[in-house]
Amino acid sequence: MSTVYPSKTAPFAYSANSVQKTMTTVLWALAPATVFNLYLFGWPAILLFAVTVGACAAAEASCIALSGRPATSTLGDGSAVLTGWLLAMSLPPWAPWWIGVLGAIFAIYLAKHAYGGLGQNAFNPAMVARVALLVSFPVVMTTWIVPHPLFSANAPSLADAFAITFGSKPLDAMSSASVLGFVKTELSRGIPVSQSITQVPNLMDMAMGYRAGSMGETSALLILAGGLFLMARGIITWHIPVSVIGSLFLMGTVFNLVNPARFTDGTIQVMSGATFLGAFFIATDYVTSPVSKKGQLVFGIGCGVFTWIIRTFAGYPEGMAFAVLLMNSLTPIIDQYTRPRGFGRTSKGEPLPLKVKS
Amino acid sequence: MKLFPIRGGVHPEYRKELCSEKAIVALPMPELLYIPLQQHIGAPAEALVREGDLVKKGQMVARGQGAVSAPHHAPTSGRIKAVTQVLAIHPSGLTQLTIVIEPDGKDEWADLPAPIADPFTAKPQAIKDRVAQSGIVGMGGAAFPSAVKLNLGIQLKIDLLLINGAECEPYLTCDDRVMRERADEVIDGARIMAHALGAPKVIIAIEENKPQAIEIMTKAAASQPNVEVVGVPVQYPMGAERQLTQAITGLETPSRKLTADLGVVVHNVATARAVQQAVRYGRPLVSRVVTVSGGAIREPKNVDVPIGTPVAKVVEFCGGFTSEPARLVNGGPMMGAPLVSLDVPVVKGTSGILALTAEEVKERPTSPCIRCGVCITVCPCGLSPVEMAPHIRKDHLDVAAKLGVMDCFSCGSCSWVCPSHIPLVHYFNYAKGMLAEQDREQKKIDRTKDLAEAHAIRIEKAEEAKKAAMAAKQAEMAAKQAALAAQNQGASAADDKANA
Repeated sequence: MSTVYPSKTAPFAYSANSVQKTMTTVLWALAPATVFNLYLFGWPAILLFAVTVGACAAAEASCIALSGRPATSTLGDGSAVLTGWLLAMSLPPWAPWWIGVLGAIFAIYLAKHAYGGLGQNAFNPAMVARVALLVSFPVVMTTWIVPHPLFSANAPSLADAFAITFGSKPLDAMSSASVLGFVKTELSRGIPVSQSITQVPNLMDMAMGYRAGSMGETSALLILAGGLFLMARGIITWHIPVSVIGSLFLMGTVFNLVNPARFTDGTIQVMSGATFLGAFFIATDYVTSPVSKKGQLVFGIGCGVFTWIIRTFAGYPEGMAFAVLLMNSLTPIIDQYTRPRGFGRTSKGEPLPLKVKS
Repeated sequence: MKLFPIRGGVHPEYRKELCSEKAIVALPMPELLYIPLQQHIGAPAEALVREGDLVKKGQMVARGQGAVSAPHHAPTSGRIKAVTQVLAIHPSGLTQLTIVIEPDGKDEWADLPAPIADPFTAKPQAIKDRVAQSGIVGMGGAAFPSAVKLNLGIQLKIDLLLINGAECEPYLTCDDRVMRERADEVIDGARIMAHALGAPKVIIAIEENKPQAIEIMTKAAASQPNVEVVGVPVQYPMGAERQLTQAITGLETPSRKLTADLGVVVHNVATARAVQQAVRYGRPLVSRVVTVSGGAIREPKNVDVPIGTPVAKVVEFCGGFTSEPARLVNGGPMMGAPLVSLDVPVVKGTSGILALTAEEVKERPTSPCIRCGVCITVCPCGLSPVEMAPHIRKDHLDVAAKLGVMDCFSCGSCSWVCPSHIPLVHYFNYAKGMLAEQDREQKKIDRTKDLAEAHAIRIEKAEEAKKAAMAAKQAEMAAKQAALAAQNQGASAADDKANA
């Protein structure tokens, strides 16, 4: 036998893990909530979802083509589809088609490939897109509607849906505020939280998703189920979701106890807005969150606290996207300060002192 | 017994069932044996034979040189065909000086050293000398001369001899079979080593995926109050020296120290058996059990192979390949070395010969890192592979060194688990090699600088001494001249007086 020079050193055994498998698992985890929400918000939501995901995939393909790589190389890994999917879930379900397309451009071109593509971006692409859209088109991006389930009496037909998504059918007649938006508006009119909160949907409806909001914001229970599935499959660990939700709940509860007229309680904070989607699917994005478990706890707590601060004091009633982006910017620093302790070393990296045996 | 958790680790597909129920079989003597002079960590041995010499089985054919080295012995009787350069079992594909023996088929033993009748009353030094003389090296794969490790008992107080039967590498079953078939010899050898080390206690640690070995060893150890057999969790790399020590004792070996500094010495089960053979029968290490396995091997086996047998002969004995192997490995799949050829000889550290199919290896093209951080979770050393690898790619080796790359022992867990299939360990091996090289260079430069400085100081001192001597001489001369002048003056004055 001739001499064959190896291209690599050991190991010569690998796990079955792959980027594609990871992304596909996340998509499966999102599927139940997505399907339910598409049902709740009907044809316009389905059209917007298709446009957004399709636009993201197309944008990814064009970037890869531009860089001279075969289109299958990273399109096949599902990361662009996941970005589009998450973006679609953070949009108002009846938003026009160009919101989805613009979002795809922000997410894939600016937030992802401008940094060098998969794994290189500092900020969560879907959240960059959502925030860019929110500050650019505040009216469209905050026009929420109450659910119009498919096949129900007042659900728009497919033809109506085309008019809503691709035409310019006004939505004013059907629009409604999200829970947090409503509370905030009422508060600005001088109506205390303790009073306005009595008019929002009950907790059960909020958990199931029968309320106005973006596609992924509603139906906290199905999102939670998806998140637990991800944990069971080992794709994510408890560190980020628990620290996000825990810190948000804690902030809400403590301040509500101090002043119930000014602050919503922890349960409302956790059950409303994009808390569950953010905690399980957005903040846990591998690329833009810290790599060590210790770092992930710091990151999660930061996300929770910032979300609460923005929701409570800033101009926007929803804060998860901003909070995640803020913490994304801190990820490199968190990574540097939360490296694990090396075997046989102190946390400062010095060799452990040798214990003198008696 | 209370065990302690170890950090990180993975659970690869073990595939030990390919070989675990195959009893050890002896390989028929091949036509030629190739005994490389370097089969161990340390200095290569020095050949004691020349072409044409006749040797007997067990006769020393190369002697150890220096503090860390090991001699080698003829695995059978025969004639020395050559002492020449032969392709080594090393991924570099380089040759090394090798003794080629043509067996005569008689397999006659040489006059062996006398058995040590009662090793437990013998002086520890006598046992260490016998181990050194018998060419025994660590048979778990590292091939560190065992006698040197037994000497650790001289400077340090050793509380525990830990016999490593973890065999955490997938596929390998040679230690499992040795424990199951030669349990008494292993335990006897372990006790002899403990005596040599002055260690009061012996623990034999076996991963729980070898229940028969645990059962047989426990029975065999029952009559020995100071020998305990402990099952340890199946968690790769449990069999790594520091990890096993931590699992058993809870002690974390400080960086840059040895487990012996904590009073623990670790030896492999096959090494223990080799020591027993050397001490009880005077037999040097001339053969070892090798696991020949993998999906591309027709009949996987545990083979007792004479040292120096070409790998091709061993593969042939196991029915050859069923398909073209994707990877040929010397050792286990996680930490073994790639085999560059089948023509290389089996050496003392060869625990396995694996011929793996592409489906088994699951090697795939590398994709971008998605920063999932699983490599950090699994790293038993507490390192951050995700952070080190990009620095090494850019050759920022100083940063990698600061991040602790030299603490990596290449267990392969990070590469195994990486969803992007980034060859992380490959990067770390590169960095470790380059940093070691730089370190050597730096030491050389420092030494040269020290010598040059010392030289300069010497020259300067010599110059100064010279100058001082000159000055002294000049002063002396000046004094003399002055005295002379004074004398002359006195004389001339006298003359003047006289003239006057």
